[in-house]
Amino acid sequence: MSAMLIERPTAAGSPIEPYLDEFARLRGERPAEPTRVAEMRRRAIERFTAVGFPTLKEEEWRFTNIAPIVRASFHPASSEVAEFGIEAIAPWMFDGTAARLTFVDGRFAPALSFVGDLPHGVFVGRLAEAIEAQREEVSQHLGAHRPGDRADSHAFVALNTALFKDGACLLLPRGVRIEAPIHLLFVATGGTMSFPRNLLVLGEDSEATVVETYAGINGSGGPALTVPVTEIVAQANSSLRHVKLQREEREAFHVAAFELRQERSSRVASHSISLGGGIVRNDIHAVLAGEGADCTLNGLYLVEGRQVVDNHMKVEHVAAHCDSHELYKGVLDGKARAVFNGLIHVHPGAQKTDAKQSNRNLLLSSEAIANSNPQLEIYADDVKCTHGSTVGQLDEDAIFYLRSRGIGIEAAQSLLTYAFASELVERIPVEPVRRALEEFLFARLPGGEVVRQAV
Amino acid sequence: MIQIKNLHANVGGVEILHGVDLEISAGEVHAIMGPNGSGKSTLARVLAGHGAYDVTEGQVLLDGADLLDMAPEIRAREGVFMAFQYPVEIPGVSNTYFLKAALNAVRKHRGQKEIDAVDFLKLVREKMKLVQMDEGLLHRPVNEGFSGGEKKRNEIFHMAVLEPRFAVLDETDSGLDIDALRIVSAGVNLLRNAERSFLVITHYQRLLDYIVPDRVHVLVDGRIVRSGGKELALELEAKGYGWIEQEAALAQPVGV
Repeated sequence: MSAMLIERPTAAGSPIEPYLDEFARLRGERPAEPTRVAEMRRRAIERFTAVGFPTLKEEEWRFTNIAPIVRASFHPASSEVAEFGIEAIAPWMFDGTAARLTFVDGRFAPALSFVGDLPHGVFVGRLAEAIEAQREEVSQHLGAHRPGDRADSHAFVALNTALFKDGACLLLPRGVRIEAPIHLLFVATGGTMSFPRNLLVLGEDSEATVVETYAGINGSGGPALTVPVTEIVAQANSSLRHVKLQREEREAFHVAAFELRQERSSRVASHSISLGGGIVRNDIHAVLAGEGADCTLNGLYLVEGRQVVDNHMKVEHVAAHCDSHELYKGVLDGKARAVFNGLIHVHPGAQKTDAKQSNRNLLLSSEAIANSNPQLEIYADDVKCTHGSTVGQLDEDAIFYLRSRGIGIEAAQSLLTYAFASELVERIPVEPVRRALEEFLFARLPGGEVVRQAV
Repeated sequence: MIQIKNLHANVGGVEILHGVDLEISAGEVHAIMGPNGSGKSTLARVLAGHGAYDVTEGQVLLDGADLLDMAPEIRAREGVFMAFQYPVEIPGVSNTYFLKAALNAVRKHRGQKEIDAVDFLKLVREKMKLVQMDEGLLHRPVNEGFSGGEKKRNEIFHMAVLEPRFAVLDETDSGLDIDALRIVSAGVNLLRNAERSFLVITHYQRLLDYIVPDRVHVLVDGRIVRSGGKELALELEAKGYGWIEQEAALAQPVGV
């Protein structure tokens, strides 16, 4: 396809047109991007133009109707970062961080960000800056593992690649350990679309904790669309603890991709919490490329009303002797829907793989629906793989037991719901985030005060 | 204290209790014995308010108040306690914290203020001794991974903390070895006083060697067919339930 075609796409009136227009506009804004990145973007917009938005007819999207996203119109962030005081983001801030990078509608907000003293050689900052500086890690890894132009990359990853303005970049040199968490905060204002792109590269023997928070503000401008892509490369023997806390406005749209590549003996534990949004989709792809890698993917989703949350996971065991553990749990109320699609793919030669995958759903209402589809594809013979999924209601015997001791019915139900979720809450390695989530639960659950006392 | 009058109850559309009459005064311990399937556990669950059972006829009064009209949690707050035959495991809910929430619900209902953490801990330590409960079980999730004996001790421990006025022990002896049975019974005996009444449900006479009842009732096919003193239990032990079932069948009005 020629570059001309992109400049004058033949998409007039189609739902993809505004995105193509935005691409054309952004090209003017960044004439000096390195050729590699510009080329990557060009291929991505071509891919997006070719595939368009997914429909229910596509296997990967058959339970999640994104028509409301396709129909809605969003405006890009204005060139000026929205004016917020620090108090506006206070609900999502927490103490004890090594750095906080805040992005509003995909643009960096320096007044809401800080970077503390970090060991020599560490880069924590804007991805756009790292691209501009032509950092070696960036040219090596950005888009290398989730390029957005690959046949298995869906439209939103392509869109992110074509349209991202900025995002967070963490480059950790060999042997560096950062104890305190690094907080990446993405705030979406009403009616906007943003495409944050994050790149985390952990050098050999390095260690870090990263918290990504997605939040919303000023929903009166209509629902926002956030399409983040986070790429993580964990090099040999590195260790990453990662928490993603998605707590946007109730109507917001969030379509995210999480691309993880692990080298020899690296350890990554990811905790993904989805609380907000009208439609939330997470595509998680982990590649265990080096022997002895250990990958934990935990997830918790709490949805009510007409919320939809969809977690699509694919864990690829490429190298031998790797462990992966996935536990995703969901609590659904009202007419909420949840989709879990988990694939463990064991490649030929990935002997001694130990892979576990479990998805458990708790339905609090008869109108909530959970679709759970764990899958195994195994092409090696000496492996241990287990998977399972459950969809169930609260245990009536347990409710009666609690009530028979004087606990009210509402509080009894809430207590059991909390207990169901707490297995994952307790695993969150960053204490203030864990506490914030507990508070969220106490506030969300009826009779939450009794629950607070009893847990 | 407790008056059960002509109680009929169904589960799944099948009538299990066909008119139970029973009266327990303050401070008394009554035992209900009976063969399997006679309705013993149904009676216990109806008294505690289990939702699977429908009361179709009759009345239960707790010091004159209509017990059947109360939700299970209200019964508990009014001082009714049931020790479960099969205590439920509740992962994720700490035994101690749960008990504190339960105690505070009861106290609030009685117009007392919430117990503070220090007093609660003191109370818990004291009550644990009653059933020689291991302190480790306090901090574990409710009943999770407890042995059969530990679960039954935990039930009596909960009872000791909540201090009910009327307690139903539903086959608390089932699955207990002799040592655990002694410990559990000793705990119950320490909780006996002039105000508190007990209904002890058991299949075997053995429990009644340790918890000596004031009255023994025999439940057969959803009715109390015989009542007597503690010696009735010994008679049942010696002769089995067969003779009493035959007598009960003969005593049925013709045509029923």
